[in-house]
Amino acid sequence: MRIIFSSQATKYASRKDMKETACYTILANQARGKMSSKPRLHYFDGRGRMEPIRWLLAAAGVEFEESYMEKKEDLTKLRKDGSLLFQQVPMVEMDGMKLVQTRAIANYISTKYNLYGKDLKERALIDMYVEGMFDLNELLLKHGYLPADQKEQHFANMIDKAENRYFPVFEKVLKDHGRDFLVGNQLSRADVQLLEIILMAEEWKPDVLAKFPVLQSFKARISNYPTIKKFLQPGSQRKPLVREEEVPKVMNLFYS
Amino acid sequence: MSSKPRLHYFNGRGRMETIRWLLAAAGVEFEESFLEKKEDLTKLQKDGSLLFQQVPMVEMDGMKLVQTRAIANYISTKYNLYGKDLKERALIDMYVEGMFDLNDLLMTYEVQPADKKEQHFANMMDKTENRYFPVFEKVLKDHGRDFLVGNQLSRADVQLLEIILMVEEFKPEIFAKFPLLQSFRERLSHIPTIKKFLQPGSQRKPPSDDDVVDKVMKIFYS
Repeated sequence: MRIIFSSQATKYASRKDMKETACYTILANQARGKMSSKPRLHYFDGRGRMEPIRWLLAAAGVEFEESYMEKKEDLTKLRKDGSLLFQQVPMVEMDGMKLVQTRAIANYISTKYNLYGKDLKERALIDMYVEGMFDLNELLLKHGYLPADQKEQHFANMIDKAENRYFPVFEKVLKDHGRDFLVGNQLSRADVQLLEIILMAEEWKPDVLAKFPVLQSFKARISNYPTIKKFLQPGSQRKPLVREEEVPKVMNLFYS
Repeated sequence: MSSKPRLHYFNGRGRMETIRWLLAAAGVEFEESFLEKKEDLTKLQKDGSLLFQQVPMVEMDGMKLVQTRAIANYISTKYNLYGKDLKERALIDMYVEGMFDLNDLLMTYEVQPADKKEQHFANMMDKTENRYFPVFEKVLKDHGRDFLVGNQLSRADVQLLEIILMVEEFKPEIFAKFPLLQSFRERLSHIPTIKKFLQPGSQRKPPSDDDVVDKVMKIFYS
């Protein structure tokens, strides 16, 4: 099998080319995967701060394994092992490293699998956009864990930020850039993380994209990208929205 | 020739101080526009200068960069403070993310309401002494070189020095337990660009006093 590494597979001019590029990228990433063991994610069985990492690996076509923490003893054991640099998860074992800190992990994966733009300026744009997305992600991921008396105000704030601060920016970026992707001419982590955020916001308010037609077509388009389409199907490693029953487990794991 | 970077923020440390440190360490001269009142922030927002309506914002190389980490990443890459390869970058990223977390604790101390200050102080000192400083002491010991990563100055070293000096303002005796952090501090403080930044009259900002805190509340929280 001739391997075409993803660095060569960056130019395309049509949807057909995009699919071929995606296939080449997946093959290249799988070839890399065969040479070393798969990344292993350490977290609880839920989205939290690990979900953007799952999205990035999935978008890159990289198979990964997961070890789930169920009770506090599982976290304590990882800490005592010296596996967690700052005593915290997420932690991802890959390429002989025990990577911690969500952004450090995301930066590494994005660079390794060519999801970080083609030069310094593209990277600056990507970084600005994803930092805004991380801020919105904080609001969205917190909501399910809040006590009932704080939920209403928090909901209003997070939807207000989504609809008035963040989504208008990305609608405008897509419109002004006039291409399939937020930055440059190929899929980047900015596109992956934006789709993740859009889908999460829609879980709380299904018509949140009503005023954003360009984001609506972005959502449809990126959801069809082969690796992402696969991740969106039932049975993938994508985690569901937090359910009430899980909240005590997470609180016990981290806050007891 | 291009013009100097221009920083837009209030006249205090906050989230911009790390950026000032990185530019200074890289030997890059920069200018500053200070927000004094709410109207200054509103003007920037109305101009369309702030992508997410927030500061810090740094005008450089034809861009209006926002988001502390985006700005720091750009400066670090441009001025070769980000390691020599992907693996060094991963180590640098892990270390500086821990430093950002600690920085958040240190930075928000002054704006805590009076009845929460004591607990906040205890928590931030506990995290410093038991979570963060032991890690960097061990990294320096195991790596056995002048710098945290590789063989040259990186943003990890600059950001660590920044954190060390801020902690020292709160609790200087903490360093008794961290001899390698002490010698790191001495060594880094003598690097010419950093030495210059540490001298009076530089653009390094002092800890925020009550006046600055009042101003910050009026600009951002009124």
